Amino acid sequence: MSVEGAAGRAAAAGGGGVAKARLLYDPRFRSWAFQIALVVAVVLFFFWIAGNAARNLQQANIASGFGFLDVRAGFVIAETPIHYTDNSTYGRAFLVGLLNTIIVAFLGIVFATVLGFVIGIARLSKNWLVARLATAYVEVMRNIPLLLQLLFWYKAVLAVLPSPRQGLELPLGVFLNNRGLFIPRPVMETGGGMLLGAIGIAALATYLLARWAKARRMRTGHSFPMLRVGLAIMLGLPFVVYVLAGAPITFDVPELQGFNFTGGKQVSPEFTALLLGLSIYTSAFIAEIVRAGILSVSRGQWEAAGALGVRYGRILRLIIIPQAMRVIIPPLTSQYLNLTKNSSLAVAIGYPDLVAVFAGTVLNQTGQAVEVILMTMAVYLTLSLLTSAFMNWFNARYALVER
Amino acid sequence: MKTKLFVAVMGAAFGVTAAASAATLDDVKSNGRLSCGVSTGLAGFSAPNDAGEWSGLDVDYCRAIAAAVFDDPEAVSYVPLTAKERFTALQSGEVDVLSRNTTWTMSRDTQLGLNFAGVNYYDGQGFMVPKELGVSSALELSGASVCVQTGTTTELNLTDYFRANSMDYNPVAFERLEDVNTAYSSGRCDVYTTDASGLYSIRLTLPSPDDHMVLPEIISKEPLGPAVRQGDDQWFSVVKWVHYALLNAEELGVTSENVEEMTSSENPDIRRLLGAEGNFGESIGLEADWAVRVIKHVGNYGELFDRNVGPDTPLGIARGLNALWTEGGIQYAPPVR
Repeated sequence: MSVEGAAGRAAAAGGGGVAKARLLYDPRFRSWAFQIALVVAVVLFFFWIAGNAARNLQQANIASGFGFLDVRAGFVIAETPIHYTDNSTYGRAFLVGLLNTIIVAFLGIVFATVLGFVIGIARLSKNWLVARLATAYVEVMRNIPLLLQLLFWYKAVLAVLPSPRQGLELPLGVFLNNRGLFIPRPVMETGGGMLLGAIGIAALATYLLARWAKARRMRTGHSFPMLRVGLAIMLGLPFVVYVLAGAPITFDVPELQGFNFTGGKQVSPEFTALLLGLSIYTSAFIAEIVRAGILSVSRGQWEAAGALGVRYGRILRLIIIPQAMRVIIPPLTSQYLNLTKNSSLAVAIGYPDLVAVFAGTVLNQTGQAVEVILMTMAVYLTLSLLTSAFMNWFNARYALVER
Repeated sequence: MKTKLFVAVMGAAFGVTAAASAATLDDVKSNGRLSCGVSTGLAGFSAPNDAGEWSGLDVDYCRAIAAAVFDDPEAVSYVPLTAKERFTALQSGEVDVLSRNTTWTMSRDTQLGLNFAGVNYYDGQGFMVPKELGVSSALELSGASVCVQTGTTTELNLTDYFRANSMDYNPVAFERLEDVNTAYSSGRCDVYTTDASGLYSIRLTLPSPDDHMVLPEIISKEPLGPAVRQGDDQWFSVVKWVHYALLNAEELGVTSENVEEMTSSENPDIRRLLGAEGNFGESIGLEADWAVRVIKHVGNYGELFDRNVGPDTPLGIARGLNALWTEGGIQYAPPVR
């Protein structure tokens, strides 16, 4: 009764000073008023900061505003996932940096998760050697600062590999040297679209089949050899189409020309070192999260499944991990966010991520520190919020559904 | 590094900078020290020496300014800055003067709120390659991997040069000079490019300097000099005239050894420079003997050059463009009058 009752009484009391006093003590009115006042204060505060910054910059004769994004950049970036030349704009350079950050963060998250799950499960192994090795891995990798690990991998990668002229030639037109790994790049000829279509159809068919197989298993308990059939579809269909269409894909093989290799696709040492460092460092933390998650599932679950005659691998995959996921996902989200933000250490080993390209080179060429730093902060905030939104959705799917 | 930028950005937002840019000379005097922005380590220009003290041509400019203000060249706090941090540090008032082999360009002069007080070293961008590469001209570098420091004019000149000669290159860019050096010496790139003076300095730090050579091409104009904030003409004049005093002293034959005797010289130019006639020091907010203090403690421009980068130092750079105008160079100072 409390809220409605109080408001009702306040309204019933009617006009004059009494009503005002009553309004002041009305909990609903008070909570709204305070929140509106807070929002107004926060907005005013940021207005004040923005105005102040603009005025100070103008006083100090420093250019301001976001017009610089349309100006020609005039510098070259080493790794460009989208078309970019020195004639492109600063805005384009921003996009290149952003994409490089997203690429390394996404791949890092995938590798760190796979590696982390394997190590975490290995740490619980009954095999003494495997468990101890996993423990040693976790303790070493999570206790050495990431920056040192990155420098180690970068120096290690560079020190081991020979120069391009003495480089290693691997089978299938792959070359390895201290400029990176050069692999043949597939080039679409006419009919290449058919192949892509075949891959798409195979993927869709596999997905539908997997859904059907799961539904049937839930209904009847009969299992279906999904792995074998799925692989056959995924590899078989594109292969048949490839042969029928008359081999519509050729390869652009890297070639040593002058100082360096031209053609093919290059995976740079900087990218490799960054990806290795980020994945390995984060996987140690993920391993601990996975271990904690698995241990949080009560022993009774293992024993009950064992009593039913289910094999170890299946107990883990079908009974333990799904329950453990509820404990694992929230801290896992934090690790993904950490990895994304840690990718900004790329600047130390020369990988052109957002911080190196935009908050580094562009900031310096334009001198517009305030705008550039604000944009960079906004990007990391957005990336982090998107990641956690996705993980929250994922978590909701895995949450305990009581029937 | 990040913190410095963050502080500067916050400073801009909350209005600390407006106060800091007022009378720099008064602030320096009341602090009792000059805060001088230098590089993170470039032998001959600004780098810690064997004794752990900062030394070099740019460092001597810090010392000269401190000597003019305090009669004590040691009254300097050195703030090592990367290429990326340097302008923000000066804009936000973290340093009073930026003496960090910084190229004077129009955009820096007009858009960053800076004033360049003069040119203490006329430089140009060059290329260094390992001798075993078998290259004798920069025009043979098409397709090369080039090591370069980010956030420098170097990066832009490099792009322009390769473009103008229709050549390609792969940039390998780092923020810190040390990282560029390591990448080059470990063979990550074929070519190292920066200002020619820097190349000579860096070559010395390589494991075997004789295996590397600087190519003959100079692809840009790089006038390096000290910079101050806009909006403080008095401080601008102090830094500018300390530079001119160093040049005038060399032209008039005043050295750190003979400066005390020279105060009783009959030559009116020398008498004006050293404060024996007129009171030029007062007009820039300093004592009458400001130039005596500078020359007594750090020497004239020629002494600075010879001590830090000249032919008798490990860098072994000839005076070239940096000789006085009377000796075939382009270093020229307005008279004290």
